Amino acid sequence: MAKTITRQEPALGVDAELARRLLGEMLLIRRFEEKAAEAYALGKIGGFLHLYIGEEAVAVGATSVLRPDDYAISAYREHGHCLAKGSDPRRAMAELYGRRDGLSKGKGGSMHLFDRSVNFLGGHAIVGAHLPVAAGVGFGIKYRGGDQVVVCYFGDGAVPQGEFHESMNLVALWKLPVIYVCENNRYAMGTSTERALAQTEIWQFGRTYGIPAERVDGMDVLAVREAVGRAVERARADKTPALIEADTYRFRGHSMRDPAGAVYRTREEVEREKQRDPIALFRGYALAAKLVTDDDVRTLEKDAVDRVDEAVAFADASPEPPGEWLFTDIYGEPPREA
Amino acid sequence: MAVMTYREALNLALREEMRRDPSVFVIGEEVGLYEGAYKVTQGLLREFGPRRVVDTPIAESGFTGVGIGAAMTGLRPVVEMMTFNFALVAVDQIVNTAAKIRYMSGGQYHVPIVIRGPGGPAAQLGAQHSQSMESYFYHVPGLKVVRPTTPMDAKGLLKSAIRDDDPVIFIESETLYNVKGDVPEDPDFLIPLGQAIVRREGTDVTVIAYMGMCYRAMEVAEELAAEGISVEIVDPRTLRPMDTESIIGSVRKTHRAVVVEAGAGFAGMGSEIAAFITERAFDDLDAPVERVTGANAPMPYARNLEKLKTPSKDRIAAAVRRVCYANGG
Repeated sequence: MAKTITRQEPALGVDAELARRLLGEMLLIRRFEEKAAEAYALGKIGGFLHLYIGEEAVAVGATSVLRPDDYAISAYREHGHCLAKGSDPRRAMAELYGRRDGLSKGKGGSMHLFDRSVNFLGGHAIVGAHLPVAAGVGFGIKYRGGDQVVVCYFGDGAVPQGEFHESMNLVALWKLPVIYVCENNRYAMGTSTERALAQTEIWQFGRTYGIPAERVDGMDVLAVREAVGRAVERARADKTPALIEADTYRFRGHSMRDPAGAVYRTREEVEREKQRDPIALFRGYALAAKLVTDDDVRTLEKDAVDRVDEAVAFADASPEPPGEWLFTDIYGEPPREA
Repeated sequence: MAVMTYREALNLALREEMRRDPSVFVIGEEVGLYEGAYKVTQGLLREFGPRRVVDTPIAESGFTGVGIGAAMTGLRPVVEMMTFNFALVAVDQIVNTAAKIRYMSGGQYHVPIVIRGPGGPAAQLGAQHSQSMESYFYHVPGLKVVRPTTPMDAKGLLKSAIRDDDPVIFIESETLYNVKGDVPEDPDFLIPLGQAIVRREGTDVTVIAYMGMCYRAMEVAEELAAEGISVEIVDPRTLRPMDTESIIGSVRKTHRAVVVEAGAGFAGMGSEIAAFITERAFDDLDAPVERVTGANAPMPYARNLEKLKTPSKDRIAAAVRRVCYANGG
C-alpha cells in the first residue's frame, strides 16, 4: 500500500494544454510571491509573510486533479494553495495589503486567506490546528453523501503536534475523504526534521494508521499530480483517506523576518536545492517533450507578470477597510455589547 | 407543560432539533452506545442511528476540529464534552478557530456549532473535574456562552443555541441534571440567547446569580424576607452576549447589587458585572457592588474544604445585609 514512487516518463495524460496550465500557475504563484516580498520591503504588507517560493509544484500539481467543488485547506504559507484553487490574485494581494477588497475584507491578512467562491477554507496559523478541521470537512462530505474530497496542506512542522495524529486516526477510523499533503520542506521554522521527529519519513505514519501513504518528489509537478490523482480517485470511490509526503524546499526564509534562512541551513544547501527549482524542471521537461514552445513559455511568463502587476495595482488602489468593520463579522447579527 | 428533569429537558431539546433539521448531529465521547456519561444523550443512537450520533475516541481537540470543519461546510454539530473540563484540551480549536473563522474570512464562513457538557462545582470530583469553566470562554469575541439554570431554560436555550449561526459554549451542571421543573413540550418553544430573567422580584437589593448559585440565592432571599429585606434575583442565563439592560434596570430599581458566582473571583464573571454596574449605574447605587465568589483556590477534594470553596448561603446573606446596611451585614 505505502510506497515510494519515482517519476514515470512520459507522464500519463499530459498534453500541451495541461502543460501550459501547470507551468502558467506555477509562474503566477512565483511572481505573486516575489511581488509580495517587494511590497513587504516597501511597508505595504505588514505582519508575518511566509513565501511559497520553491514549493509551487505541490499546490499546482495537487489542485490540477481537483474539481471546483472539492475543498482545499491550508496553514499560513497558503498563498499558493489559494491561487492554485482559483482565487483572483487581485483580491488575494489586496488581502495581503489589508484592504477592503481583499478576500477577507482585509481582516485576515497573509496567513488567513479564505475564498468561499473556490472552496478554499483558509489560511490557519496555529500549526496543526486545521488538520482536524479538514477531517470535519471530510466528515461533512460523507454525511451528505457527496463525492467531493478535501485536500489539506501542512508542513513537516505539524507532524509532531498531537492534532496530526488525532486527525490521522480519525480519518482512518471513520474513513473520510481527506487527502493530507505534507509539504516537507525540511525545516519547521529553523528546526530540521531530524531535530523534531523520531520518524523523519513522514509518509510512514500512514502505515501506523492504516492510511495509504506515499512519498513523492515535491519539486516534480507531474509526480505530485499523479500521487494526489491516485488519492483523489480512491477518496471519490470509497472515501479512503491518504497521506502524501511531498519532498520540497523553501528557497526563502521561514518568513520575511528570516530573510536569508541561513542560520540553520547552509548557503550551499540552499544553492543546491535551488537546482531542483520546480518551475525550471518542468519548463525543461515540457520544452524537451515539445509540450510547449519557447514562445509559449515567454507568453506564460509575461501573463504571470501582467496578472501580478494588475493585482498589485488593484491592491494599491483598494481603500482601507472602514473603521466600523472592526465590529462586523464577529457574530451573525450585530453584537449587543459595544 | 410537563414536569421533567434538567437532563430530560436537554435530551428533549436534542431530539426535537435533530428531528427538525437533518443537518444537526451529536458527536463526542460515549454519546452513542454508552448513552452519555451523564445520560443526556440517552436514546439518541436508537432514534437517529450512528450517522448522526457519533461516538469518538478520546481526542477532544480532534473531534472539536471535526465539528468545526463540518460546521463550516453546512452542518450543525452538537459537540459533547463529557465534562467541560475536557474542553481545555480543545481550547485552541474553540478560541482560535471556531470563534474567529467568521472574522478572519471576512464573513465568508461561519461556524454554527454548539459545544455542550457539564461544568462548574460538582460533588467531590477534585481540582480537575470540578471548576467553573465559563471564564475561559466568555472573554472571547466570537463565542456565545450560555449557562442554563432551570430545566425550562435548558431546553429553550439549547434549542436556540443549535439554531444559532455562531459557536455557542453551553455549560450545564452535574449538580442540576436531576433538578425537576416545568418544561414546555411545544417543539417551537425557544428562549432567545442574550435574555436575562428575573427569578424573584424584590425592591431592596438585586442579586445576580446563575446555575447552582441562583438556587442558593433563592433560598437566601426567602430567609432574608423574614428579616424584612426584599431581594430581587436576576439570572443572566446567557453570559455572552449578556443582557446588561435587564441587570442595570433592576439595579436602578433596588439601588444595590450583589453578584454571586461559583468560580474563583479573580477576574471572574462578578468582576465584569460589578464593573458595568458601576460604570453605568453609579449614581443609582446606595452601596458599593459586592461580589460573593468562589475562593481563589483550586477545588479541594475533602468535603469540609470543598464547602469552603464555593459561596455559602451565609456569605451570600451577609453580603446582602452589608449592601443594605442591615444588622449582621
